[in-house]
Amino acid sequence: MSAKFSLDDDSVVVIVGSGAGGGTLADELTRRGVDVVILEAGKHYTQADFENDEWAMFKKISWLDKRISAGGWHHTETYPNLPAWIVKGVGGSTMHFSGLALRFLPHDFRIRSTYGEVRGANVLDWPISYEELAPYYDIAERKMGVAGTRASGLPEMPPNNHYKVIAAGAKKVGYTDISRPVASNTRPNDGRPACQQIGFCMQGCKIGAKWSTLYSEIPRALDTGHAELRPQSMVLKIEHDRSGKVSGVLYADKDGRQHLQKARVVCVAGNSIESPRLLLNSASSLFPNGLANSSGQVGKNYMNHTTAAAIAIHKGPVYMYRGFDIAAVISDEAQLNPDRGFLGGYHLEGLALHLPFTAAFMKPGGWGREVTSALEHYDHMSCVWVCGEDMPQEENGISLHPTEKDQYGLPIPIVSKTDHTNDAAMRRHGLAQWRKVSEAVGATRVIDMPPYPASHNMGTNRMSANARDGVVNKWGQTHDINNLFISDGSQFTSSSAANPTLTIVALAVRQAEYIAGAMQRREL
Amino acid sequence: MTTENTRAPMRVVDKRITLSRRGFLKGSGMAALGVGTLSAATLMTPAREALAASFKVLGAATGKTLLVLARDIFPHDRISDRYYLQALEPLEAQAAADDKLKKLLTEGVAALDRLSKLRFNKAYADLAGESDRVSLLYVIEHGAFFQKVKGHLVTGFYDNKAVWPLFGYEGSSWEKGGYLNRGFDDIDWLEGA
Repeated sequence: MSAKFSLDDDSVVVIVGSGAGGGTLADELTRRGVDVVILEAGKHYTQADFENDEWAMFKKISWLDKRISAGGWHHTETYPNLPAWIVKGVGGSTMHFSGLALRFLPHDFRIRSTYGEVRGANVLDWPISYEELAPYYDIAERKMGVAGTRASGLPEMPPNNHYKVIAAGAKKVGYTDISRPVASNTRPNDGRPACQQIGFCMQGCKIGAKWSTLYSEIPRALDTGHAELRPQSMVLKIEHDRSGKVSGVLYADKDGRQHLQKARVVCVAGNSIESPRLLLNSASSLFPNGLANSSGQVGKNYMNHTTAAAIAIHKGPVYMYRGFDIAAVISDEAQLNPDRGFLGGYHLEGLALHLPFTAAFMKPGGWGREVTSALEHYDHMSCVWVCGEDMPQEENGISLHPTEKDQYGLPIPIVSKTDHTNDAAMRRHGLAQWRKVSEAVGATRVIDMPPYPASHNMGTNRMSANARDGVVNKWGQTHDINNLFISDGSQFTSSSAANPTLTIVALAVRQAEYIAGAMQRREL
Repeated sequence: MTTENTRAPMRVVDKRITLSRRGFLKGSGMAALGVGTLSAATLMTPAREALAASFKVLGAATGKTLLVLARDIFPHDRISDRYYLQALEPLEAQAAADDKLKKLLTEGVAALDRLSKLRFNKAYADLAGESDRVSLLYVIEHGAFFQKVKGHLVTGFYDNKAVWPLFGYEGSSWEKGGYLNRGFDDIDWLEGA
C-alpha cells in the first residue's frame, strides 16, 4: 500500500526523480523502513502505454522540454535542441535503457593516478575504489537480473542473428572478450517474465522482461507502505534553513500549482542535466552560486561518452531488429593500451535500430541515392554503437540560459560540449575496428554515422575526496550540505567506457545503506 | 552429410510489392514485376497525374512536382508513387491550416520551376533525366523549402507502416510473441554460426 505524507512532514526523505538512481534509492531506503516521497517530473506510464513503434514512443516518453546544444560538438548542428535522449516519466530513462549492464574497470576509478595530468582535461580519481564498489555491483546485477552474471545466476541471453554476425567477425579479427550482460530476464525472475525477443527494448519493454524501476523498484517501494510517488511533480527549487541545511523542496504539480514539501533529507536524481540545473536554480543569498557549489564544479565536467555509430551491409539477411536490442558487445578495446594513440578505451556495442531510426540517424540531413541505396538493404544490416571514455573537461557543462524560460518559468538549460582531442582519436579507431569486424564476415559496405543523441549523461556533480575539487563525497553527500545528496550519474568522476546504469544502481544501493545508517545514528 | 543441411532455412521477408490489377493501375509496381527496360519515370507518368489530382490544397501542378521531388530526395525504384503520396499527405494537411507552410511549398515549387526553365527550358517535374533534376536540387538543398520537404519525408516516408515490408522490416512484434519462435536466431549463411 502506497503511503501518503503531509507537505509539512519534515521526517521524510524527498527523492527527486524515479529512474535508475532515484528508483533504486527509494526501494533500498523503504526496505530499511525509511519514509520517502518520490517527486517525478514526468507522467506515470504503464506497460499498456508501450508501443512497438520507435517514433511513437520517442514522442510519448522523451524529455522534450527545450534544451540547447552548444559548444563545438556535432549536436549543435545535427540535434540543436536534443543534446541528450532521456526520458520524462516514472522510471525515468530505465524505460529507454538498452539493458546493457557493464561494470567499470578498476582503473576507471583512478584516472588521475593512471593517466597523470591530461592536457585540456580535468581528470581526478574517485574517492572510492572498484574493490569498495564490487559488492554493490553484485547486488545491482541481482536486482536488475543481469543475464549471464554470477551474481544474478540467470543464464546468458541466447544469441540472435545480429549477435552472431558481430561475434563471428569479432572472432575472425582476433577479439576474445565478447559478451552480452544485459538486464533482461532469461527466465522468469523477480515477478517478471522471460524475454521473448520482441526487439523494442528501448521503447519500453512491453512485457517487462527488461528491468526498469517503473515496474521493479518503484512498486516494491510503494508496497512497503513507506513510499509515496507523486508523478508530474517538477521540482523548481530546493529550500534551506538559516543554518544552511536543506529543509524541503518547492515543486509544481500537473496544473502548475506550487507546493512545498518539507524534508529531513533531499536526494537529487534528475539526470546529469536536470540535477545540476536544480542546484543552480536553488541559489539563495546564503548560496549565491547555487546549492553545494562552493567548489564551482556544479554543472561542470559534463561527460556523455565518446560515441560513434556505424552500419555494415552484409551479403545475407540479418534482421537486426529481431530479438534483444543489444547484440554482441566487444570489450577487448576497453582495456588500457596507450599504443593506440589515446587514453582510456571503448566498447563496440552491437545495438539494433529499427527502420525508422536507421533512416533518421544514418546520415542526418542526407538525401539521394547515397542514402537510399543503403536503406534498401536494411534487412542485411548490422549496427554498432561505439561507447568510449569521455575526458572530463571543466568547460563542458550545464548552464542556465540568461533569458529564455521553460513552461515552469525556469531558465532553460544549455548543454555545452566540445570534444577533447582524445575523443577524435578514439572514435577513428573504433570505427576502423568495426569496419574490420564487419568485413571479416564479408560485409560489402560499411557506413560511418555521426553520433546520435546519447542517453549517457555524467559528471556534472562529481565525487571528490576534497571539497574544492568536486560537489559530493564518497557517499554522494554534498560536501557543503550534509542532508543533501546526489543519487544519479552526475556523481561520476570519470565516465569509463561502460554504460552508466549499472554503476548508478550500485552507487544508489550503497548510498541508501549509508543514509539509513546515518539517520539511525542521528547524523542526518 | 552435415547437420547444417537439415536445419530449417532462415525466415526471409519478401520485399516484393504484390499489387492487385487495380493497385497496379493506380500506382506502379513495374520494377517489381520485372519491367526493367523502360524508364520507370516514363512509365509512371499517367499514374502520377492521377495521384497529383488528390492535392486539393496545394493543387495538382504543385502536387505533381512534390511527388517528383519526394522521389528524388529518397529514390527507391521498387516503390511506387502512391507511397510518396502517402508521405506527402500529412504535409498537405498541415498546409491547409498553415498559410506560411502553404506559401513555402507553393513558392518553393515555383522557384524550382523557374530555376529549371532557366537551365533546361522545362519545368522540373517534366525533366526526364534524374541527374538533371538532382543537379537543381543541389542548388536549393540548403534552402528552407527543400529542408522542410526533406525533413518531413524522413518520418513521412520511412515511418509509414505500409512501406516497412518493402524494406524487409516487420514492425510491431509483441502481439505475435516477439521473435522467440519466429527467427531471432535463424541466420543460415554465416560460416560457423
